[in-house]
Amino acid sequence: MAGLPNDPLISRRTLLASTAAAALVGATFGSARGVKARMLSGEVPWAPGMATPPEPLVPNGWLYFTPEESRAVEAIVERLIPGDDLGPSGKDAGCAVFIDRQMAGPYGGAERLYMRPPFVNNASPLFGPQSQLTPAQQYRVALKALDAYCKANHGGKGFANLPGEDRDKVLAAMEKGEPNFEGFGSRPFFNLVLQNTMEGFFADPIYGGNRDMAGWKLIGFPGARYDYRDFIDTVTEPYTLPPVSLMGRAGWTPGR
Amino acid sequence: MARRLPKKDVVIIGLGWTGSLLAHELTDAGLEVVAIERGPWRDTSTDFSPTQDPDELRYGVRLDLFLRPAQETFTLRHNTGQNALPIRWPGAFIVGNGVGGAGVHWNGHTWRFLESDFVLKSHLSQRYGAGAMPEDMQVEDWGITYNDLEPYYDKFEYISGTSGRAGNIKGQLQPGGNPFEGPRSRGYPLPPLKDTAPTALFAKTANEMGYHAFPRPAGNASEAYVNPLGIAMGPCTYCGFCERFGCGNYSKASPQANVLPVLMRKSNFSVRTESEVLHINKDASGTRATGVTFVDTSGQEWEQPADIVLVCAYGLHNVRMMLLSGIGTPYDPKTGEGTVGRNYAYQSAGAAGLLFEGKRFNPFVGAGSLGQCIDDFNGDNFDHTGLGFFGGASITTSNYHGRPIASSANRAPGAPAWGSAWKKQVSSTYQNSSAVAGQGSVYSYRDKYLDLDPVYKDRYGRPLLRMTFDWHENEKKMTRFIAQKCAEIGKAMGAKHVTPRSIPDHFNVVPYQSTHNTGGAIMGSDPKRSAVNRYLQSWDVHNVFVVGASAFPQNAGYNPTGTVGALALMAADAIRNEYLKNPGPLVQA
Repeated sequence: MAGLPNDPLISRRTLLASTAAAALVGATFGSARGVKARMLSGEVPWAPGMATPPEPLVPNGWLYFTPEESRAVEAIVERLIPGDDLGPSGKDAGCAVFIDRQMAGPYGGAERLYMRPPFVNNASPLFGPQSQLTPAQQYRVALKALDAYCKANHGGKGFANLPGEDRDKVLAAMEKGEPNFEGFGSRPFFNLVLQNTMEGFFADPIYGGNRDMAGWKLIGFPGARYDYRDFIDTVTEPYTLPPVSLMGRAGWTPGR
Repeated sequence: MARRLPKKDVVIIGLGWTGSLLAHELTDAGLEVVAIERGPWRDTSTDFSPTQDPDELRYGVRLDLFLRPAQETFTLRHNTGQNALPIRWPGAFIVGNGVGGAGVHWNGHTWRFLESDFVLKSHLSQRYGAGAMPEDMQVEDWGITYNDLEPYYDKFEYISGTSGRAGNIKGQLQPGGNPFEGPRSRGYPLPPLKDTAPTALFAKTANEMGYHAFPRPAGNASEAYVNPLGIAMGPCTYCGFCERFGCGNYSKASPQANVLPVLMRKSNFSVRTESEVLHINKDASGTRATGVTFVDTSGQEWEQPADIVLVCAYGLHNVRMMLLSGIGTPYDPKTGEGTVGRNYAYQSAGAAGLLFEGKRFNPFVGAGSLGQCIDDFNGDNFDHTGLGFFGGASITTSNYHGRPIASSANRAPGAPAWGSAWKKQVSSTYQNSSAVAGQGSVYSYRDKYLDLDPVYKDRYGRPLLRMTFDWHENEKKMTRFIAQKCAEIGKAMGAKHVTPRSIPDHFNVVPYQSTHNTGGAIMGSDPKRSAVNRYLQSWDVHNVFVVGASAFPQNAGYNPTGTVGALALMAADAIRNEYLKNPGPLVQA
């Protein structure tokens, strides 16, 4: 079945109908979100709902992590960003849930990465990640290795059951790449989980972390304000408006 | 089996800056033009709206607007003795995708290269002697001069609404502008952006040190503006979401903000989106292109015949398209023969990270190109005698974002990256971080080049482009010199921690560095040493023009887009006024 009309002056209505038909054909080579090849001419195309909105968190338990894994990830993000008088911990700010949703989505599944063989082991890190594991698989393999490492070295206790100071020691050792993790290195895993935790803590709350904009309040980032023309002439003064998310603020949307 | 479409006058591969500028010019000349773009349609109102755009995770980190390695990536090796490996995750550079191309996600720096940059080989030979350059350095003259390109720089700046302060108008130096720039026919269309605290501090300090600070030329509209096409831009709101993001205010120069509103309404223009050109087709003689073959999202292949083929993709993809299509002879580093893939170059960073104490910079108030610069150590603006290197960098303190995820990595040297100690200092480092950064040249070398990878393929089974690249001693010395200058300025600005950074021993593809890949299909006056002539016309197949930073014989100490836009407009002029009258080689080899 043809994906494209032949007539260069075909109307947009016809075009949409034909691409809708093409969408039924099944597997396609399209990029994001099932967008189809089309021809545009004679106008700037616009239709309601053409934009691809962000995909907000669906609050529904754990989507990717097993109960054991989720406890371990919560125990990690709680030490990477501890709760104190400056604000909530990474766990309380939703970082573990954020990571769970990221692993369940296209990022965790490496959908955007080049995953064709051959895979070369022991390549120099200067050439970037060469693992054939997706980020979600990296978590699965490394969390299992972390648990085994902790049980072997901390009296049979898994990471989530260690006291805070011991968890810090394990994380510090992983940061240096000291523990030998089977299947995926402790250092690349530490770097991955630290990066994902910071993403969760500072990304828009729409993705499940940065709860109540705690990360933004900590550093003084006003969020999706998008217009500082009134402020640029006095830019070193305190910025007094509270942060705002892509979803607005709780006070603007009663019931949230 | 490819199905054949009705013939067009012109087919354009890729609808970014160069494709849209050429399409506008050639449709004005009455030609039937179709652009084929492998990415999606995108526009300001639908894709970059202020309610959607300031999403750091989606655009800044997950790189939603960019080409995905799953679609196409590159392989890399440091030298010809290695097996190249694919770049599986985005890293050192991130490549645009979709309508608007890199013009959607750039910051807006709209530079002109220096007069000496265009005649680099003759200039360095004359000033320092022909033997002064390293034996394997392969720099070239461009085959044009700055003055040849000046009218097109001017045209691009007025189409794209550049904000800045001229330094040299018709040979008269202008106060507060860049005294090293080539003479321009008139000033910028818009005054400079406003400064923020760190950029103002840099300018004041640099001037006190005897340097010549000027506002960075910005493709961010400092005021409302109507361009020569009649398209209106809105004033920049200093939202801090330029690089990696679209612009929801019609303020950042882009094909969407400056060309497409007119182009899309023309009856003799059309664009096919989500359609990827597989190769350019040639006739039996091999000296004339007959059009292109592309594949749509259903997997159907189509042949689009055309009289003229314009290769307007990202520079590296231009080179790959030529290699996949057999346009020109591939470069062989052993013999030095062949031209396609020759003189690949990149961009080099010498810089100093700054951490102040007791400041409140409010870094979230920013704009893509907001910055103050000096050019005292760029190109050959300073005497290189005895320095052991050539080239240099524009040096800038910029204020282009305060994105929290990216900023969470800012910290004092040796400070922890996590835990209570990290948390205690992160709000302070957020408010106190800045940098003095060099955008440095990279010159071309005999052994650094592009060709097709023998192992790794894309999703259609075509070979990936293989990059053979590593840092050379010249650039290492140069960035150490620039980093030292940056650190001196940073100390004089009063920073508590100053951390000089230069390029490492070997090129590392992991951290983001620059998307300014250049060369591989370079312009010049000798068909043995260049792939295209001064009008970006293939020496071998006269109805193929290859437009982009792929034409740079080596890279200068600036961002490329101003020069890329000017080259596209110059090529458009040559096609309109010369080629159409008498299709054939515009320069006799």
